[in-house]
Amino acid sequence: MNEYSRKMIPVSTINYLREEDAGKRPVLDVRNLGIDFGGLTAVDEFSITVGPTEISGLIGPNGAGKTTIFNLLTSVYQPTRGSILINGVDTKGMSTAKVNRLGIARTFQNIRLFSEMTALDNVKVGMHNQINCSFFSSVLHTPAYYREEKKANQRVMELLDFMGMADVAFQKAGSLPYGVQRRLEIVRALATNPSIVLLDEPAAGMNPSETTELMHQIRRIRDTFHIAIFLIEHDMNLVMNVCEGIAVVNYGRIISKGTPEQIRQDPAVIEAYLGKEGV
Amino acid sequence: MNFLQYLINGVSIGAVYAIIALGYTMVYGIAKMLNFAHGDVIMVGAYISYCVTSYLGLPAVLGVLIAMAVCTLLGVLIEGLAYKPLRGTSSLAVLITAIGISYFLQNGAQLIWGSAPKNFASIVTFAPLKLFSGRLTITGEVIITILASILIMVALTLFTGKTRMGKAMRAVSEDRDAAQLMGINVNRTISMTFAIGSALAAIAGVLLCSAVPTLQPTTGSMPGIRAFTAAVFGGIGSIPGAMLGGILLGVIETFSKAYFSTQFSDAIVFLVLILVLLVKPAGLMGKAVQEKV
Amino acid sequence: MMKRFFDCVNRNRSAAMTYGLVIVFYIVMQTLASQRMLTRSVTGYLVPICVYIVLAVSLNLVVGISGELSLGHAGFMGVGAFAGIVAAACLRSFIPNDFLLLLAALVVGGILAGFAGLLIGIPVLRLRGDYLAIVTLAFGEILKNIVGNLYIGLDAKGLHFALNAEGIHMDPAGKMILSGALGATGIQKLSTFFMGFLLILFTLFVVLNLINSKEGRAIKAVRDNYIAAESVGINTTAFRMKAFVVSAFLAGMAGALYGLNYSAVAASKFGFTTSIDILVFVVLGGMGNILGSVISAAVLYVIPEAMRGLADYRMILYAVVLIVVMLCTWSPAVKNRIAMVTEKFTSKFRRKEAACHE
Repeated sequence: MNEYSRKMIPVSTINYLREEDAGKRPVLDVRNLGIDFGGLTAVDEFSITVGPTEISGLIGPNGAGKTTIFNLLTSVYQPTRGSILINGVDTKGMSTAKVNRLGIARTFQNIRLFSEMTALDNVKVGMHNQINCSFFSSVLHTPAYYREEKKANQRVMELLDFMGMADVAFQKAGSLPYGVQRRLEIVRALATNPSIVLLDEPAAGMNPSETTELMHQIRRIRDTFHIAIFLIEHDMNLVMNVCEGIAVVNYGRIISKGTPEQIRQDPAVIEAYLGKEGV
Repeated sequence: MNFLQYLINGVSIGAVYAIIALGYTMVYGIAKMLNFAHGDVIMVGAYISYCVTSYLGLPAVLGVLIAMAVCTLLGVLIEGLAYKPLRGTSSLAVLITAIGISYFLQNGAQLIWGSAPKNFASIVTFAPLKLFSGRLTITGEVIITILASILIMVALTLFTGKTRMGKAMRAVSEDRDAAQLMGINVNRTISMTFAIGSALAAIAGVLLCSAVPTLQPTTGSMPGIRAFTAAVFGGIGSIPGAMLGGILLGVIETFSKAYFSTQFSDAIVFLVLILVLLVKPAGLMGKAVQEKV
Repeated sequence: MMKRFFDCVNRNRSAAMTYGLVIVFYIVMQTLASQRMLTRSVTGYLVPICVYIVLAVSLNLVVGISGELSLGHAGFMGVGAFAGIVAAACLRSFIPNDFLLLLAALVVGGILAGFAGLLIGIPVLRLRGDYLAIVTLAFGEILKNIVGNLYIGLDAKGLHFALNAEGIHMDPAGKMILSGALGATGIQKLSTFFMGFLLILFTLFVVLNLINSKEGRAIKAVRDNYIAAESVGINTTAFRMKAFVVSAFLAGMAGALYGLNYSAVAASKFGFTTSIDILVFVVLGGMGNILGSVISAAVLYVIPEAMRGLADYRMILYAVVLIVVMLCTWSPAVKNRIAMVTEKFTSKFRRKEAACHE
């Protein structure tokens, strides 16, 4: 038995950044995660815990392995080493779809919407596993089908409204402006009823006022749904303002972890971003 | 001894498939389209060669050369008129257009030459080689076919490896946009690919009809599908893959006819293809491309 | 909210138009036939038209909605045809009513083809794109090859199966239903235009309802972006499989209707060429456009038949029409030119009109 094969870890060892989370099981608990691509180690010794209502950030220079970490967390890749526990369940060997049902949802760096479908239908696809309607009831359009569709439509409109985009509900997702598409991806992720959302560069391509708006929205999402948010972002203003905890990676390894204040002053981080001084 | 005989015959059939498969695979690699009309270009090539030798009474070599010239022109014409306007649109639209071209060529041939099968005089005139006191027969067609395929393979490898045009082709097949930015004329490169593929189809047509001495408008369709299968089998887009796939397919076909069942040879060939794709989803020599998340 | 209402109406309008068109088509044809205003050859087209409409709509579910290029649809049609023929021969003594017998044959044909779809789907759906296309082609040819070498005889003891004519050991009174490459002969024709009409309605009901449900959304989501679909908890393989099996099931029913419409049917009908014909109906009708599939299947089936007078020229004309239509509907360059020409004409016309008013 190795140390990390147990299903649950004692909560008492965790020192959360938020009082609200004290004494609760972490939503995401990653231990010594690593992956090799044909001899090349892309991620190694990556460990992190995220509290149930924490907003945390993952930063690092380009090519540091940030998106690879997200892909590991969502089972797009299977890790070579280490373990991932979502709400206490080990995701080893699970498919992306199954991991999502455990409570982890994500957005993508290069937007991946269902571009031929309306915004409404995109979010409704996100609700897929909450719609209780059998295959035959779908084909026969039984009363159960109409009831569930109505419920789903209401919920989707609520979610879209929450992100201030109810007006685009019936437009084709592929034809929406870039910033709106990014927000639509977030709504779709929220629709899966997750306990943690991974945002991969949510502010990329947004203008400063859109970014400010996004910052408020990220906080509102946490405060309304009481879920954890884990984000990758290059916009330091956003990261430092929104995140309560930050992990910095370089060459696939964590080089620093802490509050924004601690990160700002860590010489290792400054070195990773700006290079060694005086060399 | 039977085994050796079947093997040689299989390699010979396979060599024809391989030459046709080269046309499919080059076009796929560079234009990213399934050219379903390729099989019918083979048929046109065979008819041209037939006309030159039977009607005009010219020597077979001339027949092959004229057939190659006509098919090259035909290939470039088809590409320019039907496929080029659709470049960059849905691949299905191109596929259906290719099917339209295939119908057009088949029915055009039927109008010109009629649907009755023609007796195709073999282009090979020398006597079969008899080995091991006559227990092993290697026909002239087999020798010529295998020689031709080796020659073509070597020439194509040299062409894509050494010449400017060949390098341009490889560049376009890797990344069309980047190639264009590097100053490569993509349209001309694609036309060139069609030209080479169609010239090869003409050779394949003559070899095919020399081995099976009948010719009719549908002659090209089944070998076309077989060769397409061979191209996928070997890894579509890969030139050595097409060669390997073609020859393996021919050998499997001959062996399954000889040792299992004649009726089910089709099913066996396709079953082997499916099994290969399940183990190696990109074919024997194809590169698996994983989508980046 | 107003917009939402219109969207709802719009969606239903397109579905209603599809059903309406089919019903009107049936009533018109039925009236004309009962008034003996149709020639024998035209009435002969009615059942095949229904068959091809069902095939096109069911293939559209896979190609248009699920986004997988399938080149072996005719294989499922063939399985359905021969299963239906055998079922009709076996059940004849139990079901005296022709209509019910035909219905039973369609169901058997559909179930067997659906089962074939499931078996084939397991390996096929591990692949994507062009590789998937070639494997469906391969399976279509395998199905044709197997069906074309199957011998089935029926006698008092029941059904006898074999892979060659000598393998069948029947009572002398027994009857061969399927004889290998010759296919099925001596079939009692059961298919009716009315059943074809019902089958179209059933197919539309299943496919349209499926598209507008959670299942259909998941299928479309997998088509648009399978990685994103996985990320929101959708088991992509399961949904591609559902579309594939439903499509095979419907194709099998259509095949049974086809098989029982002729006195003899050979396996060679169910090969690559027929698969391609169906695919052409789907693409020209519009990917994912069900109404389009219905119209294009009917029209494109009739065009070559109606051109029989042109004898040798008809198929070449069909080919030219196909190419020209593809270029006009897809090519950006050709579309621009057409737009320019029409613009020129209309502006000239407008100027003339303006001149008249002055």
